[in-house]
This record gives sequence, structure tokens and C-alpha cells, in this order.
Amino acid sequence: MFTLIESIRSAWESIISNGFRSFLTTLGIVIGVASVIAVISLVEGLRESIGSQFQGLGTNSLSIRSFTPFEQRLQGQFARITPEDLELLQERTEGISSITPVLYSQTGTGGEIRYRGQSTFTQVQGTTYSYQDVGNSYPDEGRFLSATDNQKRRRVCVIGSKTAQDLELPDNPVGEFIEVGGEWFKVIGLMESRGDMFGVSQDDYVLLPYRTMQSLNGVQREPDIAIQLSVTNIDDIPVVSERIRTLLRRSHRLTGDTADDFKVRSSEQIAETFDQIINTVTLVVTGIVGISLLVGGIGIMNIMLVSVTERTREIGICKALGAKRHHILMQFLIEALALSLLGGAIGLALGYSLGLLVASAIPNFPGVSVPWWGIVLALGFSGIIGVLFGILPASKAADLNPIDALRYE
Amino acid sequence: MSAANLITMAGVTKTYVMGDQDIHALKDISVAISTNDYVAFIGSSGSGKSTMMNIMGCLDQPTSGSYVLNQRDVSTLSEDDLAQIRNEEIGFIFQSFNLLTRTTALRNVMQPLIYRGIPFKERKQMALDALARVGLSERSDHLPNQLSGGQRQRVAIARALVTKPSILLADEPTGNLDSDTSRNIMALFDELHSDGQTIIVVTHEDNIAAHCQRVIELFDGQVKSDSNPDSVSHVHSD
Repeated sequence: MFTLIESIRSAWESIISNGFRSFLTTLGIVIGVASVIAVISLVEGLRESIGSQFQGLGTNSLSIRSFTPFEQRLQGQFARITPEDLELLQERTEGISSITPVLYSQTGTGGEIRYRGQSTFTQVQGTTYSYQDVGNSYPDEGRFLSATDNQKRRRVCVIGSKTAQDLELPDNPVGEFIEVGGEWFKVIGLMESRGDMFGVSQDDYVLLPYRTMQSLNGVQREPDIAIQLSVTNIDDIPVVSERIRTLLRRSHRLTGDTADDFKVRSSEQIAETFDQIINTVTLVVTGIVGISLLVGGIGIMNIMLVSVTERTREIGICKALGAKRHHILMQFLIEALALSLLGGAIGLALGYSLGLLVASAIPNFPGVSVPWWGIVLALGFSGIIGVLFGILPASKAADLNPIDALRYE
Repeated sequence: MSAANLITMAGVTKTYVMGDQDIHALKDISVAISTNDYVAFIGSSGSGKSTMMNIMGCLDQPTSGSYVLNQRDVSTLSEDDLAQIRNEEIGFIFQSFNLLTRTTALRNVMQPLIYRGIPFKERKQMALDALARVGLSERSDHLPNQLSGGQRQRVAIARALVTKPSILLADEPTGNLDSDTSRNIMALFDELHSDGQTIIVVTHEDNIAAHCQRVIELFDGQVKSDSNPDSVSHVHSD
């Protein structure tokens, strides 16, 4: 312990007195650690923001959509999820807290909306009161679509904040009339903002009552709807989605090996996919950075070897004064360790600032975040590099013969 | 009387192998030095002075023969044990001072105490006392290159004294100093000797050797003359 403190003291003196060279020596480590921290901070920032956005979608939610393979689509056959399917699920599945149909515009004209001189294209969906509970998002202004709106097929709508902005509606657009698919609708609610995901706004949509949407589409077509639902208990998601699959296969008369003509997806699955991509990126970058740290370590070893030669006489003096092998070994090992840890610490700060810089340069990029394991990894790895590449020079110093070392010019 | 002997060398031989040639630096040397002796080893270059100094200082070990220092046989010790002996028993003073160039005079004097495991505060006090002893209290914060040659050698002497060694071992202590400064340094040696310090000086200058009570001349690896050979004969009669 005593030797350790003395070694740290002397290592510090030596690093300071060779300031510029110490800096150049650690540069390899600094760059290596800085790049890994920059990447980790960006990726973790991204991951956290995705995580919180999926939280917003409700991780306990499932969505069901019809799915038609490409060949069948060419043949003009389309799979459908029907209102009967919705009824079936509502009645015969346990563990669902809320369920809602979503009907998309099928006339081909529904996408264009107008307000005064402004017009824009957006997603128009018909849905019911439960939509807000499933999606875990609620109106900021006014109210959501009610059951009565649905029954009476009222010409009302709820809009996203981005849509309101695009149409240059007043700050509180409740009570204004907008034109959707050639019909006039009264705005009764403005939804709370859900922010961006990958630079795409989550607030660009118009919601109509389900039956109003149905009448717009025309009754002659059998509707293909999507179903969104949330489960009471998040652990039940696999059970519930399996139950849904069984029910839908039976109602669609699919037997044996026939593939599903629908897809049940949880937001959890989507989040997992993103996680996998991010992990792969992190792994690849870590590999590259590992190589650069290795090169940095060799740089440290090189300079330490030079330093041992330079200080041969000093080592000789210390040995004459009574320094044992471990005193000299410790001194140089600690110096290598201090150099690389210093590089690691500077790299950490630099990498984080770099991450902040990059994040601020990319529009709509979420904030950066350095997880504790990133710091441990960076410092731990540079520490290991320091010890690993410090051993050779340090033992070379410790093994010097005191007489030769004293005579060294 | 042999118990009072600080150094007892019997039949010490040192042989170096250089290429396919054996060089006999020391041939069967027997010397005894007692406490508070003030001895000079003189001789021309190649006489074996430096080898003698290295072996006496426990920097090197004899090829054969025995060397008993302060009642311990050091001729067969391991390198780490030798380092400890150097730290406890020997105070080195070199021709080229051999101070640590990047640290202050005070830190230089404190250095050997590190290897003894003495805590910082105590170490500092001991070093300050040693610097005061050589009259350099006011220069303790100076780096070696801010000191004159004589002052540097005084720092080196303080560093040698701070461990309270049984032997002060000086190798050409005035070789790099002008004559005035040399006289001052030798006066300091005389003073230390009168305080009871055992001093061994290795030199080729007669006027330095003249300060000593006993002069041993080496020639071709053997003792050519000894002004006070009583101790030597004593070894043989052992």
C-alpha cells in the first residue's frame, strides 16, 4: 500500500514533467475511448428515446391486420379482418382491457384534407372511443370521439397536432370545420403530441368516428379493418395473441398448414427488432474501437520502453539507494496505468462532447446518454491495456543491473 | 577485536568474462575495516578500485571469497536482500552526484527513506535534518540544476546520511569539483568522521587520500600497500 502511494506520486511527477509527450502517448487511447463513448452515447440516446416512444404506444398493446401474400394480391384476392372478427374477439378473448377497430379510407380520395386555403395529405382513420385507451394518448383540447358520435355517424373529427399545424388552424382548433374527402367535418378535439420517431412525426393524422368512416367508404364494399387492443396484464401478451390467432384461424376457416392471412404484432416485438439492430451496430463499432485501443496500447508500450532507457541512470540511482525489484516494477507499471487511465478519462469527456455535438447537428435527434457500463468499459479496458503493455517495459526496468544502470550515459 | 570489524573481506576474488577472456578485477583480497575508520582506496585506473567499491557497496557480489558486513555474510544474498542491505548500511556518494534531476533537493534526500517505508511527514523531517547537517536548509526546494556542484554534492551527502548508514562510501567525491569546493567537501567528511561516522573514499587523488587515517593502495587487483594493515593480519590469524 505504501509502495503504491509512492509509485502513484512518482508516476504523476513523471507524467507532468513530460507533459507534451505524455499527451501524445495517450492520444491513441484518447481517440479509441472517445470514439466508443461517442457511439455508445448516441446509440443509447436513440435506444432510450425509442424505448420511451414505445412506452407511449403502450407496450401492452397488440395490433391485428390482414395480410395477403404478394402472389395472391396479384390474383386479386385480398384477405380481410371484418367487424365480425372484432365482435368475435371482443366476446371470446379474456385479458383484453380495451379494443378498437381502425378503418382506413378505401375510396382513394380520403387522404386530402383542407382548411381555408391550406390543403395537405394525411392519414385518415375511422375508430372508436377505446382508441385513446389502447394508444395511451388523449386529447389536449376538446374531447375524443364518443359512442354517440359513432352511432349517429356524426361528421366530427379529432386531429393530431402536426396536422393542425400543417393546416394553419388556430391554436385551439376546436369548433373549426375542415374538409376531408370532399365532406365537411367539425373539429372536436386536438390530440396531445407524441413527438417524432426517426424524424417522422407521430402527430399527423385525422380520426373520424368508425361508422362515419364506413359511410364515407360506401356500404357496398366489405371493409377490411385493423384491430388494436391492449391487454390488462403485460405478461398475458403471448397467451392473448395465441388465443386471437386460434380464434381468427377458425373464423377464417384456415386449417392444417395453411398460412395465417393476418398478423398479430405487439409493440414489444417492434421494439425488440430495433434493439437487435442497435446491438449489432454497437458490437461492430466496439470491435473497431478495440483495435484502435490495441494500437494505443502499443504506443504506450513504445514510449514506456523509451522512457525506461532514458531513465536508466535514475533507475540505477534508486537501486543504489535500496529500491527493490518490486519498487521499480510498480513505479513503471503505475506510470503506464496512469497514462492509459488518463487517456481513458480524457477520451470519455471528449467522446461525450462529440456525441452531444453530433446529436445537435442531426435535426430531431434525441438526446445522448452514457450508461454506467460504458464508463466502466472504457476505463476498465484502457486500464487493462495500460497494465498489459506496461508489464514489458516495467520488468525491463526492474531487471536492470544497478552498476550498469549507474554508469549509463 | 574482530567483533568490532565493520567489514571483513577474506579471499575476495572477482572475475569478469569478456568474450573468451577472463578478466581478474580482484585477486584474493583480504581487508578488514573497523567502525569509525576513515579509509582511502587509491590506485590507478584498472587497479580494481571500482570493483572494490561495487562489492563493498553491495552493488555487486564476489566470484569467490567471503564478505561480512556488520556481522552479516552478504556474499551470497539475493538481489532484493542486497538492495535492503544497501538501504540500511550504505550511504553512497558519487563523482557525478547522481541526484534525481526532476525532483527537488528535499525529495532527493527523502528518496531512500521511501524504500524503508517511512511515512511522508517523518521522512520530510528526517530529510530536512540531514540537509541542515550539510548546511543546505535554505536550498531544499531547489532542483539539482539550480544548485552549484558543491551544493549538489552536499545534497548527495545529505541523502547518504539520512538513512544513518554504518558506512559512507564515496567514489571520487571531489572529481567534478574545483579545488575550493573540494576542500569544503573534504572538511565536511572530516567533521562527519569526528562525529563517529565510518567513511570509505575511493580516489586517485593523493591530497584527498591525505585526509584519511588509513590508505590502502590497490594495484592490478591486489593490495599493494596498506598504511595500517593490523586489521588485515587479524583476518589471517582468525
